[in-house]
Amino acid sequence: MNHILTIGGRQFRSYFNGPVAYIVICIVMLTLGFFFWNTFFLYGRASAREMFRWLSLILVFALPALTMGLLAEEKRTGTIELLITMPVTEAQVILGKFIGVLGLYAVVLVLTLAYPISVSTLGNLDWGPVWSGYLGLFLQGSAVLAIGLMASSWTDNQLIALFVALTLSVFFWVLDKFLALLPTNAASVLEWLSFDYHFQSMARGVVDLRDVLFFFSVTIFALSLAFRALESRRWS
Amino acid sequence: MTDVMIDARDLTKHYGAVTALKNATFQVHRGEVVGFLGPNGAGKTTAMKILTCFIAPSGGTARVGGADIFEDPIAVREAIGYLPENTPLYTEMLVLEYLEFVGRMRGLRGAGLQARLRRVVEETNLGDVIGKSIGELSKGFRQRVGLAQALIHEPPVLILDEPMSGLDPNQAAEIRELIREIGRERTVILSTHNLSEVRVTCGRVLIISQGELVADDTPEELAARGGKPRFVATLRQNGHSASDIREAFSAIGDAQSVTEQTSTADGEVIVELVPKGNQDLRADIFQAAVSANLVLLGLEQRGENLEDIFRQLTTGEGASS
Repeated sequence: MNHILTIGGRQFRSYFNGPVAYIVICIVMLTLGFFFWNTFFLYGRASAREMFRWLSLILVFALPALTMGLLAEEKRTGTIELLITMPVTEAQVILGKFIGVLGLYAVVLVLTLAYPISVSTLGNLDWGPVWSGYLGLFLQGSAVLAIGLMASSWTDNQLIALFVALTLSVFFWVLDKFLALLPTNAASVLEWLSFDYHFQSMARGVVDLRDVLFFFSVTIFALSLAFRALESRRWS
Repeated sequence: MTDVMIDARDLTKHYGAVTALKNATFQVHRGEVVGFLGPNGAGKTTAMKILTCFIAPSGGTARVGGADIFEDPIAVREAIGYLPENTPLYTEMLVLEYLEFVGRMRGLRGAGLQARLRRVVEETNLGDVIGKSIGELSKGFRQRVGLAQALIHEPPVLILDEPMSGLDPNQAAEIRELIREIGRERTVILSTHNLSEVRVTCGRVLIISQGELVADDTPEELAARGGKPRFVATLRQNGHSASDIREAFSAIGDAQSVTEQTSTADGEVIVELVPKGNQDLRADIFQAAVSANLVLLGLEQRGENLEDIFRQLTTGEGASS
């Protein structure tokens, strides 16, 4: 556990030594601010529903930028060799990296609290759905970050990692957007696989264990594939 | 614990159809500084990556500090301080921040960590750059940061992959001195293709060529292995033809072979003589030159050197006849 936290802590701090963390934070805050406040006053309701709708989409695009370098850059520069030859297991490396980026993601989420707080000064905001929405965002974000880490474990090129992660996360996000075109059986399967389907119910204030487990499973699955990819280096 | 710190048996590594390492068997004892010598791509780095458990061998196994690389890779890694080729470091971190990170990864905490940090910074002379970011450092300083991170947990075994490549002669001399100092108490394996480096730093040399271990000896023994001394005489040509000159020296009874190379525009001829046994031919050469009326400009005795041996062993070319 100590090793995981040490790796995670280093990763977290190193984001702030470079531009990536600042750029991602700025982009998320600005686009969210624009889309959210653009329509907020048309509804005439003190609600954060619209914010979550936008934020979940923005993050699907923004988070792969945080994960693209996690392993790809270490492989390109060779620092992975020093990291792995320390007395740690591959699983500890993967979990440490994941915790490091998850920490940065938590910072991003905390910063967006500025919006619901502003809303609550304008009217009577119901905080229940806000908290469940944040829980949903955190879980969906974990899944997206795990997918990004997995993509980063497959290559030593950050751009390839970025595009693979973007493609996969956007794919899972849009999955339930064209269900009308499909036969009912296929539609219900696809809907169940869609990130947004599980997230939207949490944004409405419904915390269903099945939704939590869904994001959890995706996260674990992606992390274990990243672990396999990192481990396979030994036998290649 | 035994005295054998590294015990490699039949290490073999295939990358697809390429065999990078073939049945390498060697042992390194406590307190030895061993040089891994070989041309680029000979398998030095592969052997080191196997010992540090970064990659697994396709065949064979090894024990480091008593622990098996398959059964207990964590114990192996604990026993090793490793400096990979090209010194990969997190360039965005500060020197101190980085060393602290490595110390924590190595299980050091609190006062123990601070004490070790002070010690390695002193040993590697990093005091002046401790607050700088690694990306700003010169190659020599980066190399020292690389050594510092390898030393921080006082490992019994150090594995250094080309620790002196890319350094200027002054920096290389400093690092060499440092490694020699470290080697007094620890077991060190370093790889290089620089022979003078080996002669000064290493007590033993493993020469590796095309994945195979072709020699395992002290630098002195290796240099002596070529055996015969050679005598090189420089003469003024003075109108004599090259074959005349060779003729004059062929009369020397103990000479096994005489070869001449006509040299530069200033009319000098260099003749090389190899004795039949271990005889000293210098007096005979002088006499032969005098009686043939040749002016002897220089006379030199050369032993076969490490460079020749290296070339011989790694290319199969004869160094001299």
